[in-house]
Amino acid sequence: MAIAAFGRAYADEMLMPAKPAYVALSFFVAFMLNMLPLTGWVLMIRPDFVAVVLLYWAIQHPRKVGFAPAFLLGLVMDVADGSLFGQHALAYCVLMAAGMTWHRRISLFGLRGQMLHILGILLITQLIVLAVRIAAANAFPGWWYFLPSVSGSLVWPVVCHIVTLPLRSRVKSE
Amino acid sequence: MEYSPPPFFKRGPNLVTRLTLFSLLSLVLLFADARFRYMEDIRGVVGAILYPLQELADTPARIGRRVTQYFVLQSALQAENEELNQQAFVNAGLLQKQKALAAENENLRELLNLRPRFEPSAQVATILYTARDPFVRQVVVDKGATDGVRRGAPVIDTLGLVGQVHRVYPWASEVSLITDREQVIPVQVVRNGLRAVLFGLGYDGALEVRFMPVNADIEQGDLLVTSGIDGVYPAGLPVAFVDSIERNAAYPFARIMTRPASGVGSHRHVMVLESARGYPERPLAPAQVDRGRRKAN
Repeated sequence: MAIAAFGRAYADEMLMPAKPAYVALSFFVAFMLNMLPLTGWVLMIRPDFVAVVLLYWAIQHPRKVGFAPAFLLGLVMDVADGSLFGQHALAYCVLMAAGMTWHRRISLFGLRGQMLHILGILLITQLIVLAVRIAAANAFPGWWYFLPSVSGSLVWPVVCHIVTLPLRSRVKSE
Repeated sequence: MEYSPPPFFKRGPNLVTRLTLFSLLSLVLLFADARFRYMEDIRGVVGAILYPLQELADTPARIGRRVTQYFVLQSALQAENEELNQQAFVNAGLLQKQKALAAENENLRELLNLRPRFEPSAQVATILYTARDPFVRQVVVDKGATDGVRRGAPVIDTLGLVGQVHRVYPWASEVSLITDREQVIPVQVVRNGLRAVLFGLGYDGALEVRFMPVNADIEQGDLLVTSGIDGVYPAGLPVAFVDSIERNAAYPFARIMTRPASGVGSHRHVMVLESARGYPERPLAPAQVDRGRRKAN
């Protein structure tokens, strides 16, 4: 299947090393996508692009990005959302740890298997935020709250493809 | 954790240690923010740095709006212009009457030696975006501390009360909508002056009047306006219309649902009023009075 081949393509491919500036750029773009002024149902299903891109670096290049960027990005997201200071920081750190721990296992799978893993990790991330908010005396907002995890796992192949694109070597090997 | 490299590669502390460290740090931050609100300064600084990015993220939408505005049909513009002219005519009439009434009211107040009514100053703000935190009802507007916005200031639109400024950044501020879970507004029924307290429920389009006895004189369609006794909202702003009343003798209170009068969540421009000032100090609760006396003795 074409889509499976597309997913597995970079498992055995040699990629160029990612420069720190490129990593920063990817985070910046993801953050801007998160900041888009959306309302209504579009906002409800919008995936958390920062989480997905963090997961990309954790899984595809586990040595490249540590916990500090995840933590700082989480704090910035908290300020941008006006939510409790530190809830995204905590969630993103756990997400990074999950991605780094399982990165070998996840890259063994085809695209569908990867998406299922991503869904699981994103759900754990959202559950952490939910637990923090319920501990801070907020009510459960409804099941639609978990929709961003589903859409996040759906955009995973696209995000993977786009972020990997500049890392492919220009010269095709024989 | 199955991921551990051979020990001869030096890679710093292992994954679990780092995760624990960062998790503890964020838990400390969370606790400090939720319990003591220690983080407002840091939040202000980061918010100020983020402001240009927010503007940048808003740019595509703004350009889109401008383009669609540019291609509005001439006939639609003419129709709208006519309608607005008519509205302005009606409003001018009302305004004249209102000016006369205000002058008369002022005179009567002077005669009675009452405190002058609070006249808030207002400034127009544009809604930048809806907050993305699914647990709260908030919008972010483009007026902040540099424009003189204070924390606690009421926010209205053309139809009624929208919310209250909840957090102020240098160039932007967060507004909690009246439908937010933690919003409580003292109101009054216009028809008979009955005072009540309105609670936000945490979802759009509904507010609840709580602690009203089953036999209270309140009817479907009643308009609720701010009563102004809290010293936050100026008196007389429309807040909500009564939608449904459920009087069940099994409960001490009636279940009264209302819908907001303002276009909460559907408008682009709002007005930020100045919060009321010059109120007398809050009287002490009996327990505090006792303690104060004991200290004085």
